[in-house]
Amino acid sequence: MDYIIEMLNIRKEFPGIVANDDITLQLKRGEIHALLGENGAGKSTLMSVLFGMYTPEKGVIKKNGEEVKIKDPNDANALGIGMVHQHFKLVKNFTVLQNIILGVEDTSKGMLQLKEAKRKVLELSEKYGLKIDPDALIEDITVGQQQRVEILKMLYRENEVLIFDEPTAVLTPQEIDELMKIMKSLVAEGKSILFITHKLNEIKAVADRCSVLRKGRYIGTVDVASTSKETMSEMMVGHQVNFKVDKAPANPTEKVLSVRNLSVKSKDSGHKNPVNNVSFDVRKGEIVCIAGIDGNGQSELVYALAGMMPVLEGSISLNGKDITKDKIRSRNKAGLSHIPEDRHKDGLVLDYNLAENIVLKNYFVPGFQKMGFINKKKVNMYGQRLIDQYDVRSGQGIKTVVRSMSGGNQQKAIIAREIEIDPELLIAVQPTRGLDVGAIEYIHKQLVAQRDKGKAVLLVSLELDEVMNVSDRILVMYEGELVAELDPKETDVRELGLYMAGSKRGEVSVED
Amino acid sequence: MKTNKTGKILENEGLNSVVSSLFAIAIGLLFGYIVLLITDPSKATDGFITMIAGGFSGGGRGIGQVLYFATPLIMTGLSVGFAFKTGLFNIGASGQFIMGAVTAIYVGVHWTFLPGATHWIVALIMATLVGALWGFIPGLLKAYLNVHEVIATIMMNYIGMYLCNHIVKTTVYDASKNLSMNVAETAVLPKWGMDDIFYTHVGTFKDISTVNAGFIISVVVAIIIYIILNKTTFGYELKACGHNPNASKYAGINAKRNIVLSMTIAGALAGLGGGLVFLSGPTGRRINVVDELATEGFNGISVALLAVSNPIGIIFSALFIAYLTQGGTYLQTLDFMPEVIEIIIACIIYFSAFALIFKKLLPTISRKLRAKKEGTSMRVGSDSSVDVARPESVGDEPEQGHNDDGGVI
Repeated sequence: MDYIIEMLNIRKEFPGIVANDDITLQLKRGEIHALLGENGAGKSTLMSVLFGMYTPEKGVIKKNGEEVKIKDPNDANALGIGMVHQHFKLVKNFTVLQNIILGVEDTSKGMLQLKEAKRKVLELSEKYGLKIDPDALIEDITVGQQQRVEILKMLYRENEVLIFDEPTAVLTPQEIDELMKIMKSLVAEGKSILFITHKLNEIKAVADRCSVLRKGRYIGTVDVASTSKETMSEMMVGHQVNFKVDKAPANPTEKVLSVRNLSVKSKDSGHKNPVNNVSFDVRKGEIVCIAGIDGNGQSELVYALAGMMPVLEGSISLNGKDITKDKIRSRNKAGLSHIPEDRHKDGLVLDYNLAENIVLKNYFVPGFQKMGFINKKKVNMYGQRLIDQYDVRSGQGIKTVVRSMSGGNQQKAIIAREIEIDPELLIAVQPTRGLDVGAIEYIHKQLVAQRDKGKAVLLVSLELDEVMNVSDRILVMYEGELVAELDPKETDVRELGLYMAGSKRGEVSVED
Repeated sequence: MKTNKTGKILENEGLNSVVSSLFAIAIGLLFGYIVLLITDPSKATDGFITMIAGGFSGGGRGIGQVLYFATPLIMTGLSVGFAFKTGLFNIGASGQFIMGAVTAIYVGVHWTFLPGATHWIVALIMATLVGALWGFIPGLLKAYLNVHEVIATIMMNYIGMYLCNHIVKTTVYDASKNLSMNVAETAVLPKWGMDDIFYTHVGTFKDISTVNAGFIISVVVAIIIYIILNKTTFGYELKACGHNPNASKYAGINAKRNIVLSMTIAGALAGLGGGLVFLSGPTGRRINVVDELATEGFNGISVALLAVSNPIGIIFSALFIAYLTQGGTYLQTLDFMPEVIEIIIACIIYFSAFALIFKKLLPTISRKLRAKKEGTSMRVGSDSSVDVARPESVGDEPEQGHNDDGGVI
């Protein structure tokens, strides 16, 4: 068999954990090979081993059947292995061309030789259908184009093995289609691709074979064409997964949140308002989802609602009470709870233990404190009840320092905290970001359960599947404005994508 | 398995702090010895022993003096450490300390209308308040105008120093000695029995140490600070702000108010320290009118670092540094220059700052040793070694599974 890369019986340990346990991955020449697994399954560790960032305790790596030692990324590069990282490694104020040649510049007498490089880049872009303007600045081009620059970087270095680490997370549906085409044209030209993902649709669309990892172990490799999505997901999680979110039709009643003509001023002067004249309502018993591509003002909108950013114009009211100028705590007390976008930055005090984090929003409530003294016993009991109830797993229970917990369990802790304060309005911003299928399913159930309890839920999401499956009503945000109000039952991902990209525009109307 | 046990001990958070501080001290002392060797090889060993025996060689009085010199260090150490816990770097303990001192002296000399014990109590309270003011101003600037507290406190140090000299010269000046005047009898801190313990007989003369209630008060304050930080909602908020200001804001904690309060309390602690030292009667210290910042403020930084900002630890690290200083003065009997003593103490303090590095290093080393001993089959139950110092893995999954059966036999 003609394998270009073989990773045989790889074992990589970290203190207290075996990240890769006897994993074998064989990449055929000219195939797209998907690497599927939940977060924490060991995909990234395995790729880091291949890329020379970690040295495995056991196992061999072979290139073209010969054993090789990869000690650092330079070795990997020399062997023709390239990687598109999930978060692009580009210099924002450099041009496309400058970024591509960075590190492998041709120089003559100390002067950059750009002409030849530009010719080569244009040739490559022609050959693989990667349309790009070499003289454009990175900060001026779209995320999809930036990704093409990353791909061109690998091609420019004449890499034969291309690793894509969750490449679709940042793209619109149209851009994803485009990327899939590019990947196919790359293998047609003789490249081999390793494609890391946990999205089964994409694997079905492009991959030839798929290797599945679970909890650091190798589960198996399957032929994609002859394997169903259900089988693959079962291999990944270890049990059957329900893709559809089970929920009854929504039964919205009174308004809980009313936002009228809200504008938020940009932190950097001179930029236009990140949120511009936004009006909408969220009612009891419905999940309203704000969809949009990252960076279109969703974060600022939520910050303004939560009181973490000042409002420039307009008003916010919660249960009929104007809270536009209220402090964060008084909003929380009035029934607003907030699962923040960035759990490490905003959601958790990582050096506090689990119990201390679980009471972050109600440590001051009588019972948890008396005359200013914290009642550790009650705090710990409450923490224990929540981690049992929400199945938050950790090394040392409520005493675990949150920094040492896995992302999924950190998120569960936040969700437990926010739901248990029994809010009127639950704002959840990308609550499933970076989580595995099992955790996602759980979190979606919790959101629906809140709705069914008659609470209002405002969900902000970049994941289209989530938008379509969980929400009862979709508002699309584009460049700080709401450009469409859609019913998930009457729209599809394609239409949503057009609104998100700004190429279509509708009306959002609110009644007073 | 005994080796396994000792190894595990180093991975225990609390013990690790103590062990790493001891390690840092040992290396500091070794370096001090090298300095002695360079200066005068023939007397180096004698000198080293003198220095180590330091505080104890002066008998009961000597030990008392160690406690007396430790008092201001405990207070400035608490001042710096408290601010540290809130994520603030208080370099201004020096100015807060001296302002507290001069206030206490002023009240001690002039407010003789106060009856009996109220005199020293009021003097201490005033010292605390003025120290608090000296911390409050930088806190205010930091919270509302975003002026970095390091800049603001440094400036407050100089303002404090010159203002103090001015106040001493114009109100409580003893021109014959270029020192501040003795405070009134009623303003001297009571002994609280310390004079019955810490004295040395010189012939028929009972040489009593300067130490007094001040030391006891400083220890009590350290315990109170410990309780505030660890048992109260206020401490919970302060530490949350220190660890993660964003999350604190998100949780509705008033970060600005806490910054101001934290700096104010830090200032109050240093100011009280000034009061405790300078209300000690004729054998105690008096303010020398020179253009120098009070060193207690800066030693407070080392004291806090050495104790990793733990209030109880600060008591011990302050005692340690006071002990060395006291031992250093005895070195002069061996003809070492006073400057050499200063250098050695500085070196020891300098190396003490490595405590933090050791704290990070020790668990890693101990784990490695343990891993070697147990061979490559290091499969530890996920409950025993989920730890903070684990290397971050790359990409989107830094937190490898802590699922029940993840990677465990």
